[in-house]
Amino acid sequence: MISFFVNGQKVSVDVANNVRLLYVLRNHLEKKAAKFGCGLGQCGACTVLIDGNPTQSCDVSVEFAAGRSVTTLEGLSEGEVLHPLQQAFLEEQAAQCGYCTAGILMSAKGLLDCNPNPTRAEIVDALARNLCRCGAHLRVIRAVERAAKILRGETH
Amino acid sequence: MSRPLPKSLNVNPFLDSWLRFDCAKRRVHLFSGKVEIGQGAMTAIAQIAAHELALSMRELDIVSGCTERAPNEGLTSGSYSVEVGGTSMRMACAQARTLLIAAASRQLATAPEHITVADGMFLVRAKPSNLSYWDVAGEVDFHQPVTGEAPFRAINADGLIGKPVPRLDLPAKLAGSGFIHDLALKDMVHARVIRPCSPKARILSVNDVAARARPGVIAVIRAGSFLAVVAKTEEGALSAAKELSVLTVWKENARLPGGSPVTEWLPALPTQDEIFEIRGADLPPVTGGRKFSATFSRPVLAHASIGPSCGLALLENGGLTVWTHSQGVYSLRDQIARVLGMSQAAVTVHHMQGAGCYGHNGADDAAFDAAFLAHALPGRPIRVQWSREDELSASPFGSAMVIKTSATLDRAGKIAEWEQEVWSGAHSQRPGSAGQPNLLATTEFEPPWPMSEPADPPFETGGGGLRNAISLYDIPRYRLKHHFVKDMPVRVSALRSLGAFANVFATESFIDELAEAAGVDPVAFRLDNLSDPRARAVVGAVADMAGWRYRDEAVGEGRARGIGFARYKGRAAYGAVIAEVVMEEGISVSKIWCAVDSGLVINSDGLTNQVEGGIIQSLSWTLKEGVRFDGARILSTNWEEYPILGFAEIPDIEVRLMNNPDEPPLGSGELAAGPTAAAVGNAVARALGVRVRDLPITRDRVMNAASL
Ligand code: FES
Ligand code: FES
Repeated sequence: MISFFVNGQKVSVDVANNVRLLYVLRNHLEKKAAKFGCGLGQCGACTVLIDGNPTQSCDVSVEFAAGRSVTTLEGLSEGEVLHPLQQAFLEEQAAQCGYCTAGILMSAKGLLDCNPNPTRAEIVDALARNLCRCGAHLRVIRAVERAAKILRGETH
Repeated sequence: MSRPLPKSLNVNPFLDSWLRFDCAKRRVHLFSGKVEIGQGAMTAIAQIAAHELALSMRELDIVSGCTERAPNEGLTSGSYSVEVGGTSMRMACAQARTLLIAAASRQLATAPEHITVADGMFLVRAKPSNLSYWDVAGEVDFHQPVTGEAPFRAINADGLIGKPVPRLDLPAKLAGSGFIHDLALKDMVHARVIRPCSPKARILSVNDVAARARPGVIAVIRAGSFLAVVAKTEEGALSAAKELSVLTVWKENARLPGGSPVTEWLPALPTQDEIFEIRGADLPPVTGGRKFSATFSRPVLAHASIGPSCGLALLENGGLTVWTHSQGVYSLRDQIARVLGMSQAAVTVHHMQGAGCYGHNGADDAAFDAAFLAHALPGRPIRVQWSREDELSASPFGSAMVIKTSATLDRAGKIAEWEQEVWSGAHSQRPGSAGQPNLLATTEFEPPWPMSEPADPPFETGGGGLRNAISLYDIPRYRLKHHFVKDMPVRVSALRSLGAFANVFATESFIDELAEAAGVDPVAFRLDNLSDPRARAVVGAVADMAGWRYRDEAVGEGRARGIGFARYKGRAAYGAVIAEVVMEEGISVSKIWCAVDSGLVINSDGLTNQVEGGIIQSLSWTLKEGVRFDGARILSTNWEEYPILGFAEIPDIEVRLMNNPDEPPLGSGELAAGPTAAAVGNAVARALGVRVRDLPITRDRVMNAASL
């Protein structure tokens, strides 16, 4: 049994230590937001926060998460109330197919949690490990800027 | 008013194939054979329906791409979703509204011309009545052919058409769900397919003893050289597949071009040749002009979806249900039924959203993998997930192309003749096309199903390799030579914009070369040779947006701008692009301006989003991409080996939509591909004074060209 926290809830799973966290989240814990994109740590579709750090969940074993706190996109909104990042992505229509979006949102959350007023270059840097094939990049950058403003209380 | 019926209505003539009124719930269910592939089509189609029905979008549901319920609209491709699917829906909804008004006119004892509708309520001479759609819909017979004769509602500025309506599918996606990949069927099991290590490789032997003995492994299934493992958990399937792949011995059969340049290996293959005299063949030969020619190329390109293909299937009580992100559920259903020896009625295919597909990727293949395994294991819901490696090496690619352009400038500096010679493989080989299943697993069976004889989409409907081989310039003599390479070393099929990307890159690069030879500003040169008013308008608009002043555009200073223009397919949307490049350590594109005329705009933000995305994807193709091989295997099987444009490399993009509401809506998802590539190529040529004619335009190629 490996125990850790997912979105604040304690969970215990009975899987081999070396199973990738991504599969544990998606299949054993039914948290489907983190996506499988490459399984190679190259695309960021599977990004979650582990103790606040954006981490590619395909690239770490579940054992690594033991005792730690994992945040997935499902943990961002509170009930029906969207997290400012989700709200900003909606307002900027910052996606096309949206497959890359969950991972991007988690990278952005990791950034804004430690840097509430990022420059454009810092945003681009924080998204360096996220790929988007549809070309939604500019909207994504604008949405992160907007979310930062909402979080700072400069807009709503 | 009688309008020509779009193809979708000819195939699915009955009104009740398109919509159903649920009076108890006060909702309208729309049925679309086009599907959402990340392009926002369902939102646009719902907008059109809401406008024509005078209802709010909240009262509409859309069922799309289900073989049981949705009309068969063929493929979702070629930027046709709004043009054909949307226009069909508009005609259906206009007729439904007309019929409902007729029913209301009987109840209200008022002539129909005095009745209008707002939010589903009938108004008599603009005054509210108590009667609504929901009161009269039960009396209307919707099982009647759509004639296309019902009047459309006028489009006005405060209506829904043209508005930046938010995408209907985004809220679910921003909450982390909404994809086929997330579907979890009850008691679902997980499968992985062990694909050949190189195209057309066959299994010599496989030792599956250990894999079978692993806890949680349900079955190892082999049919010829198709090899798959099914396990209770995804991690179980993955590790068993890894083990199996190590213990499988293959006979490799592929002969791939290795590292040789496209311009060498492609024209060396056997071709089927055809000449099209487009115009002016009977004109006297041009004398005294200056002749020019140049050769351009693009490599094999991958679709490279961010989400590798996924398919699910379940065989239960003799019926097979398949879930897929295919662009064509009907043809997929027919081929699944055929290969598995089932009746079409026993197979149901549901579309679910996948990652953006950009053409014929592995979606159909993965669906068939699942269907085949489900057929072998009745009662078990099977989920097949492709790997990144499979997505980048086993799914169809976009064909390499070589294009030779030749032209003569007459004494007045006008283009007197043009010849475009195109070498290309097929640009479409989808399930069922030309009679074969064309599904990867079936080619691995023993005996294999043959792939269909490759063919190019007919030139008249936009063509494949010849797509956009004819430009809009006023050139009196125009000839095309097509060298169709039937037997490509890798599997090729439709990739976004087909041959247009390379043809426009070649044409528009060459136009700049001619302009330079004529000593004329490339924008002015285009306008001098272009009489189509909409074409002139987009070229003028983009020059205006960028503040283009030829005199100020420096040459060889390491920073410059270039232009590219095309009308997609010669009949869809018009687009002109100006790119600014800066030569730093590599080639970086710092700014893009784009003007678009796609006729009536349904959703301004959706359209802008598509255009921006098309530009960025084209920049990625133009600057970075190319599938790499050795003599037998595909080498570019992960994101490090097949890099695409990242966040740090994205320029600022400004898009202007020309408002042209009196023209029909035109497909726009693919229009930016070619003009963007050409604009970058032209900018690089001006920045450095050397031209790169082989895509991708990399730093190395620029250095090579400069040192020649
Ligand atoms: S799926 Fe984890 S980085 Fe691509
Ligand atoms: S929106 Fe499709 S991959 Fe980013």
